[in-house]
Formats: sequence, C-alpha cells, structure tokens
Amino acid sequence: MRIYAITVYLFLYIPIGIIVLFSFNAGRHASDFHGLSIKWYGKVLDNIFAMEALTTSVVVALSTAILASLFGTMAALALQEVRGRLRVVYDAAIYIAIMIPGIVLGIATLVALVTAFKFLNPVLHGLWPQGLGDPPRLNMGYVSLIASHTMFTMALVIVIVRARISGMDRTLIEASTDLYATPWRTFWQVTLPQIYPAILAGFLLSFTFSFDDFIIAFFVAGTETTLPLYVFSSIRRGVTPEINAIGTMVLAVSLTLLVVAQFLLRARVDRTH
Amino acid sequence: MQRNWANRLLLMPATAWLLVMLILPLVVVVVFSFGERGPAGGYVPAFTLAQYANLPARLTAFKNTLLLAPMGTLLCLLVAYPLAYFLAVKVDPKWKTMLLVMIIVPFWTSILIRTYAWIFILGGQGLPKLLELVGIDGVRMINTRFSVLTGIVYGYMPLMVFPIYVSLEKLDKRLLEAAADLGSSPLKAFRSITLPLSIPGIATGCILVFIYLMGEFLIPALLGGGKVFFIGNALVDLFLQSRNWAYGSAVAMTLVIIMLITISLYMKLVMGNSNQRKDVSLL
Repeated sequence: MRIYAITVYLFLYIPIGIIVLFSFNAGRHASDFHGLSIKWYGKVLDNIFAMEALTTSVVVALSTAILASLFGTMAALALQEVRGRLRVVYDAAIYIAIMIPGIVLGIATLVALVTAFKFLNPVLHGLWPQGLGDPPRLNMGYVSLIASHTMFTMALVIVIVRARISGMDRTLIEASTDLYATPWRTFWQVTLPQIYPAILAGFLLSFTFSFDDFIIAFFVAGTETTLPLYVFSSIRRGVTPEINAIGTMVLAVSLTLLVVAQFLLRARVDRTH
Repeated sequence: MQRNWANRLLLMPATAWLLVMLILPLVVVVVFSFGERGPAGGYVPAFTLAQYANLPARLTAFKNTLLLAPMGTLLCLLVAYPLAYFLAVKVDPKWKTMLLVMIIVPFWTSILIRTYAWIFILGGQGLPKLLELVGIDGVRMINTRFSVLTGIVYGYMPLMVFPIYVSLEKLDKRLLEAAADLGSSPLKAFRSITLPLSIPGIATGCILVFIYLMGEFLIPALLGGGKVFFIGNALVDLFLQSRNWAYGSAVAMTLVIIMLITISLYMKLVMGNSNQRKDVSLL
C-alpha cells in the first residue's frame, strides 16, 4: 500500500522533475546529458518573443486577479443578503461559470465578442466626436483576455470568500452594530480582517489560473500572444531545451503561488474546527 | 432600504460580468447553432437544423472522445482509488494535509507544461532513445492512444483522488471493526462495506474527470499527433481554421448536451442513493 502510494507520487512529480533537470542540461536532448548549465535560461531572457509573451501574460493575470478578487469579494458580501429565487439564479450562474469546459467558454466568448464588436465599432465611429482623431477600434486582445479570465476567476473568488464568510463569527458583527459602528466601519474593522486570507487566496488562485490558461486564450487572444500560447506554438515547431527553461519558470511561479494559497485556505479550516 | 441599495451596488459588477461574459456568449452559441455558414466563413442568420443534421461529418471525433474519455476516466479511477484509500485510512493524520496538498497542487499548475513533459519523455529523443541504448529498437510511444491515455491519467487523476478521499474519510471505522468481529475477511469487509459506501465519491470523481475529458484539446493535440482526434480538436479546427461558426456551434452544443445528460444521470444516481452527500472542495 505504502509502496503503491510512493509510486503514484513519483509518477506525479518525476515528469516535472525531468523538465526542471533538463532545463539545466547543457546538451540539446534528453539522451545527451552534458552537465549543468544555465545557458537555456539566458537564451529565453534574450528571446524577444518569449519576453513579450511573458509581459502580456503578467499584465493579463495581474489585471484579472485584481478585478476578480475585488468584484468577487463585493459579490460574496452582497450575496449573504440575497435570498429566494434570485439567489438560486446567482448560484446557478456561478456554478456554470466554474464547471463549464474552458473550450466552450473560449468559443462562446470568441463568437459573442467578435459579433458584438462588428456592431459596436460602426456605432462608436458614428458617435465619436470629430476633431478627436480616429475612434478606438474594439478588438480581440487584452480586453477580451482580461474580461473572460475575470469572469471565471471571479466566480471562484465568490465561492472561496463565501465559504470563509459562512465560517465567520457572526456575533462579532452583531456586537459591532450594537456598539453603534457604521456598516462601513464594521466592514473595515470586523469583517475584512476575518475574510482577508480568503481574498488573498482568491487573488493568488486567479493570478495562477489566468497565467496558466491556454484554452480560453487560444480563442480570445486575438493578435496578442500569452506565454502558454507562445509555448504551444514553440512545441508545435519542435521540442527545444528553451521550452524546458520556460516550463520550469512557469511551474516555479504557479507552484509557489498555489502552495501559499493552500496555506491561506487551510488556515481557515484549522481555525474553524 | 439603504442596505438594499448598497447591496445592489456591490452586486452590480459581478452581475454585469456574468451577463455579458457568460450568459450572453452561451445564448449566442445556441442561436448560431441554428444558423448558416457565411460565404467567407463566420455566420449568417437563419433558422435551420442543417448543422445538427450534419453532425455525422465529425463522427470520428465523437467516437474517439466517447471511447477514450470513459477509458481515461476508468484508468484514473483505478489509479486513484488505492491512493485515496491509503490517504483516508492508512496515513498518519499529521502527514495528511501535506500529502493532499501535494496531490492537488500539480493539478492546478499549467496542464500545457505538464503535458509537454510527456512529449519530452515519450518522444523520439526520450524513453525510446534510452531503450535503444539497452538494445530495444523501434519502440514508438508518442502519437498513439497509449500516449494520450498516459497524458490523461497524469493530467486528471488528482481530480479523482479528492472526492473518493472525502467519502472514505467520513466512513465510520466501527463498521469495519464490527465486520471483523463477526468473522468477515478484510476483503469481504471491503467489498460489502467500504466499496459501497465510497460510491458517491467514485461517482463524483468520475463525473468531474469525464467532463474535463469531454472538452479536452491539449492532450490529444500534443500527445496524439493529429491521429487521436477529440471533439475539442474538431472545435479548434472549426472555429480557428475553417471558420465555420454555425456548424462549430452545433458541435459545441452537442458537447454541452452530452455533458448535461451525464450530469443529470449522476444527480439521479448519487442524490437518489445517498442523503449524506457533502460538497467536495477541490481547492
């Protein structure tokens, strides 16, 4: 039994380990191991396309995480007061947002936004005041990436923060109200300190999901290239040690953020039990 | 009254987002699936069932998906069950959290990089090359069903562990003691107590993995080399290469309908059988 478990853990971690190991391989292939080197990392840093893709990914992931944790937390707080049929509708929408396969979401967003932009661009052109130059053209790119990533990570933040709110000590809020604190002050001094680990965890998870997302970006990125899209097209052109180096960096970022998020979420479990 | 207004304001961004980025796009796909293809690709409004009637044109993708997704799910179950059992029953509680985190964390990291790792391992310069060194020639691993299934088990097995773990964890250990006291062998006790009581967990795990696999694109694209073609690959082709939006929407709708049918079957099976269902946290 124990040996079986160890085997499964090895199965999970050895491929990751191999990527990391060979990213430091001086040779080109798995079969020619020439000792350690960081030359592939240097190549990645010198690669303009990879660096541009990295910048796009970081901008998108950061914007997504900020929007999702802000709007998600706001919604989670407000949903406490929502009951009845309306609540069922919200819960269903949140559930669908999380469960729907990324590929369907990507397709749906692509066709909806492209169609909407086709109508909106002439309208915008007509309404744009003269003398201000050309109106901005709505296009697939940063906006569609951030908007679609925010949609599903926001649903995730709502779920996480709501779980935390329901585990919160409500008597403190009542006490604060009894002592004539304004709702605003109660929020800052009582609610927020209790729910911030969940918000932070939601922020980190949103960042990671957006940063790692391939399938939604594949459809909605337009002319932009995120890091996963860059890696995918590089793989298509052939396996190179540079991909190992990028992969190692991506894994390092997401593993770190995920482990921190896990700790923030587990801390809640330990305290409420 | 004032509270009510504050509440509405707080809900506004999330509501707008869900409407514009989730509900509206899904409605558009439904509408488009009854439309027609434009001369230069894209979509022309119409109301026809022609796209649905044309579904058999992508029969191979459906067949592959409906064969390999259940197979992959079953393999994930076979690998995950003993591990979940070990974690729930045998492991020292002080290691439990860490071991569980170690299962779920890889799952949330980039599926692209994790699948890429297998290209590296199974590809021509990886394992087959090493096998050549010890005298076994001509082994082909990548771009086969074997490599696709390996990628599937590697990618989605962690998702199976959690629900099974939860159902085994809350199993009343006294039932097993009682069975042993009454002279039942461990195997019999497992078959008549542990296994039946873990069925809700098995069902949840299978449905989760199955849903993910139905929409899978990356694993067949990278490890199947165009030979093992899933619905997801057909969708990418229809929307990004041939730009046949109406037909693509019909294929996507069919995919969603298959998923909904599976989920409702699952609801009947699990909700009907057990009143002790508990939400499984995947985070």
